[in-house]
Amino acid sequence: MSEPKTIVEKIWDQHVVHREAGKPDLLYIDLHLVHEVTSPQAFDGLRLAGRAVRRPDLTLATVDHNVPTTDRSLPNPDPLSTTQIEVLRANCEEFGVPLWDIFDIRQGIVHIISPEHGLTQPGMTIVCGDSHTSTHGAFGALAFGIGTSEVEHVLATQTLPQSYPKTMSVEVTGELHPGVTAKDVTLAVIRHTGVDGGVGHVIEYRGDVIRNLSMEGRMTVCNMTIEGGARAGLVAPDETTFEYLKGREFVPTGDDWDAAVESWRALTTDEGATFDTYVTLDGSAIAPHVTWGTTPAQSVPVTGRVPKPEEASTASARETAARSLVYMDLDAGTPIVEIAIDKVFLGSCTNGRIEDLRAAAEVVKGHKIASTVSAIVVPGSGLVKRQAEEEGLDVVFKDAGFEWREPGCSMCLGMNPDILLPGERCASTSNRNFEGRQGAGGRTHLVSPQMAAAAAIAGHFVDIREFNA
Amino acid sequence: MKQVTAVKGNAVPLNRADVDTDQIIPKQFLKRIERTGFGEFAFFDWRKDEHFVVNRPDYRDAPIMLAQQNFGCGSSREHAVWALEDMGIEAVIAPSFGDIFRNNCSKVGLLTIELPQEDVDYLMSRAEELPGGEIQIDLESQTVSVGGGWARHFEIDPHTKHRLLNGLDDIGITLQTEDAIAAFEEKRDALKPDTTPALASATKMG
Repeated sequence: MSEPKTIVEKIWDQHVVHREAGKPDLLYIDLHLVHEVTSPQAFDGLRLAGRAVRRPDLTLATVDHNVPTTDRSLPNPDPLSTTQIEVLRANCEEFGVPLWDIFDIRQGIVHIISPEHGLTQPGMTIVCGDSHTSTHGAFGALAFGIGTSEVEHVLATQTLPQSYPKTMSVEVTGELHPGVTAKDVTLAVIRHTGVDGGVGHVIEYRGDVIRNLSMEGRMTVCNMTIEGGARAGLVAPDETTFEYLKGREFVPTGDDWDAAVESWRALTTDEGATFDTYVTLDGSAIAPHVTWGTTPAQSVPVTGRVPKPEEASTASARETAARSLVYMDLDAGTPIVEIAIDKVFLGSCTNGRIEDLRAAAEVVKGHKIASTVSAIVVPGSGLVKRQAEEEGLDVVFKDAGFEWREPGCSMCLGMNPDILLPGERCASTSNRNFEGRQGAGGRTHLVSPQMAAAAAIAGHFVDIREFNA
Repeated sequence: MKQVTAVKGNAVPLNRADVDTDQIIPKQFLKRIERTGFGEFAFFDWRKDEHFVVNRPDYRDAPIMLAQQNFGCGSSREHAVWALEDMGIEAVIAPSFGDIFRNNCSKVGLLTIELPQEDVDYLMSRAEELPGGEIQIDLESQTVSVGGGWARHFEIDPHTKHRLLNGLDDIGITLQTEDAIAAFEEKRDALKPDTTPALASATKMG
């Protein structure tokens, strides 16, 4: 019997192209996802060196970061974004890379379209010039964000030099209470580990709570792995994974399916394999979370209050907390449910999938949003949008006063016209509450789709567990 | 990639933790399709405050930046590295860095140096009190020194060090093992998906 291995080690070992003492391993990349913002300089680099894209057949491009979410038959209001989109189009044409372009129903946020077509599969290595590539780890893939130099490297060689990471087991035990979601799990984990607790690590999420999450929920958890500092986080594939994948376009069929499932089952971390770091959380103790500061670790249960900076454990955390409160214009001690909001954003690679929209629509149904609030729903992809419309969710949202938009990253990072104005406060289902993230001077509170929907109606944060009562 | 052997000069003390790449270069400047010209937009929002340390004339030409833990966390945007490079920063010293940022720096040729908290705190207060105070970084011997006998050793993985000292292009190095890549592809699992069907003509919206 060989040494017990973690799933990380198994996937890693299956992808080592070249190993040499004193150097990082050269890893093969099974899928490279490309978008308009982090790729132009990489394609330029290829042209300068006279290189081709080695495997356009393992590459897929789309436009998501800066596309408008308003009527796309109208001219794009932003000429710089238009240029970036046109440059991607020209690059894909020149190098033979498939592109799901702006009027293609398959277009959408890169981390949503790949899983929904079954391109993201267990045991794969997946990279993209975007830090939320960790999303694909939900399928038991080793997936991580890279910079533009590495994008060029993968385009040219379909490989990446990588040093073996440390591994972390994050186990969430027990059972979630009603109203508590995957988003609350990930916020609770990051609150526990801090924004740099995962630096240098790849995380395997384990435990009953993770096992009982849907694929959408697992994607939400893996998506925010980078907010705790780890580049990649994954969940071992199981029946939930196989059930989700079966029948999707890029997934094997017939005997090939059976063979694939067999190889996927073998990826599970062996009994007795060890991790460098262990974190355990009791899932039954997790409440709906709301961030109050400017890092994703600065969150509290909705029943709590904005904390006092002097109660933070280290000098540095105290200073960061004090700065955050000034930026967020919040007083320590304020109950979270008394914080009034101006905008609501439902969408992003964290919470822009069909299950998220269903959950939010369930809360919204029969209500109107507060007169002081403006709210948008941005489906994660063209297919999510179509599915939601078939289910009548668009009508539910529109009747309540939400705007129903075209798919893209939108107000998660505000590269398109969807931004917060200075001083505006937003309940957002996205992943980052950094200063200015959603617009210079804007104030972001990260929450689950249900909590965002309830806040839109009440005009301030409410405990979703009581809202339904 | 440009060659890096040593950095010498004063340091701008950015005494903050968890500085994310959204702060280093905000999203509205990511629409450029070139690698150059990002420096004037570095720390764009923080620079609106005239007292912000990066605005101070004393530190204008500093080739070194000092920061607190987890510098460069968040978004993978390499534009953050290009922005620092374009404003003249050649090395950042901090107790820790975001993984992707650190990796991006190693590809561009910007040194990221991890020192223990107390050493960063010492250099930080020294730079605050003595804005012109020189710091010397020598990559070959892996040392940071400030004169008067204060010198510290820093760790760097040998491969990155070798690449930086010689200004070696990563892609060039990898292509030396092209045979291994081709051999790997030969025996690669045929059940893995390929994106060729994605080339099929677009299905229109609506």
